[in-house]
Amino acid sequence: MATKDASIIFSGFGGQGVLFIGMAMSNCAMNEDKYVTWLPSYGAEMRGGTANCTVIIANEEVASPYEQTPDYVIALNAQSVEKFEMKVKPGGSLIVNSSLYHEKERRTDINYVYVPANEIAAKIGEIKCANVVMLSAFIEKTKIVKIESLKKVIRNVISASKAKLLEINELAIQKGAEYVKLPVCN
Amino acid sequence: MIKTGEKVLLKGNHALAKAALNAGCKCYFGYPITPQNEIGEYLSVEMPKMGRSFLQAESEVAAINMLLGAAATGTRAMTSSSSLAIALMQEGISYIAADNIPAVVISVMRAGPALGYIFPSQGDYFQTVKGGGNGDYKTLTLAPSTVQEMIDYTYKAFHLAHKYRTIVFLLADGMLGQMMEPAVLYDYPYEDIDNSDWALDGAKGRPGRWIGSIHRTETALEQKTLALFEKYDKIKQNEIEYETMFADDAELLITAFGSVARIAKAAVKRAREAGMKVGLFRPISLWPFPTQELNECAKGKKVVLDIEMNMGQMVEDVKIAVNGESKVEFFGRPAGYYFTPEEIYTQIEKTMEGLK
Repeated sequence: MATKDASIIFSGFGGQGVLFIGMAMSNCAMNEDKYVTWLPSYGAEMRGGTANCTVIIANEEVASPYEQTPDYVIALNAQSVEKFEMKVKPGGSLIVNSSLYHEKERRTDINYVYVPANEIAAKIGEIKCANVVMLSAFIEKTKIVKIESLKKVIRNVISASKAKLLEINELAIQKGAEYVKLPVCN
Repeated sequence: MIKTGEKVLLKGNHALAKAALNAGCKCYFGYPITPQNEIGEYLSVEMPKMGRSFLQAESEVAAINMLLGAAATGTRAMTSSSSLAIALMQEGISYIAADNIPAVVISVMRAGPALGYIFPSQGDYFQTVKGGGNGDYKTLTLAPSTVQEMIDYTYKAFHLAHKYRTIVFLLADGMLGQMMEPAVLYDYPYEDIDNSDWALDGAKGRPGRWIGSIHRTETALEQKTLALFEKYDKIKQNEIEYETMFADDAELLITAFGSVARIAKAAVKRAREAGMKVGLFRPISLWPFPTQELNECAKGKKVVLDIEMNMGQMVEDVKIAVNGESKVEFFGRPAGYYFTPEEIYTQIEKTMEGLK
């Protein structure tokens, strides 16, 4: 079977930007010459409920963009933890936005990483950046792609005319990566 | 705008819409339906900027007839839709076929029967290849399996439609439409085809022309259909397309099309690594079906295993093609869940075990 580098599900409320960070991750992988697919949940569940997307990164052509038991789940809200916690592959990781989730861990065979993404984003001055904080923390923790790739992708997406927005997002990348290096996270 | 030749992350629906614009599609008519809505969404923004026509029709019946009308002027035109809504277009499809009109129909399959749901499916192989309209006609059908091929075969669909003055289907599914994958957009690679000797583009300064499917005498009626099938014979001679992988020395040959073929490929590779003699035959043109080619390929095989995300449709064409050269088995599941490479691999192991 294609040796998968990683199967990742990004999940959160519609509007939190989970499809966006999934695309950013996919672009990072593409720019590092890896094979990648991105697949969104589409249809009714996007309207008002949770949204999610699946990203598969591999060293050879990706067979299927679907994954029932992902290596990683990045959960931006409580509903996403509830939906995907039991589906993470044994030995895999659940990266939780701990600003919005305070329940007990239900498994002992996966790793939990807690990132208070809303608080970190609020300190930067833009709560909407919580998604980028989460992605940056995830990349720093797993090294599946380089943080430098993420910086490039974000610079490409945000046009030069929105210098302020770019600055905030770059700060979000920095703070997310810094957070997972703290002892509390290891 | 994407620079030609640059590798970018593209959604299947966007990739084919961009390719349609590059192919010179001047008119789009359609009515929204998931999982192909990004096509109309994208074209509705881009076509007016380019001075081209995007029209959201009042229904699918209207859309297919608008396509007939626009394409009858020699203009490159298309529609896109899905399953239950393609069902509504069948009358117009039969007319376009009978009238020798070059038109492109994008079909992004979802689950049926009837309303079903928005999940990917391959349940409309019959609907597309065997047709739901009346009378003797064929629909040239191309089945991509990657986002890159959504571009490649959209180009080819426009080319073949005009080369043969025929209706061409691009048959994708919700998975290919919705997923993103790196792909390279390039310029339309085919030469322009001159439509000036038949198109209904204004009779000023020349005698009038007539395109229609009614023929009131026995002779005319028979000649009309025979001529149509002469054209189909030419298409069969020239336009069959398929792909094989590890097929030569295989004992077990898998047949699969579209998105299932890409999943099957991974399972076949793994089976080879495990020392099993397994190969793949993937029809790309579903009509014309690679009947002779599959027949040749099936010779000496112990079993041909057809895999589809439906309850068994292409398998009928596979059986006709194999024609007793080998045993034919079917492995399928209806729309809902998706095949995993592991699941197909397990089926390969089981089938190989049965051969001992």
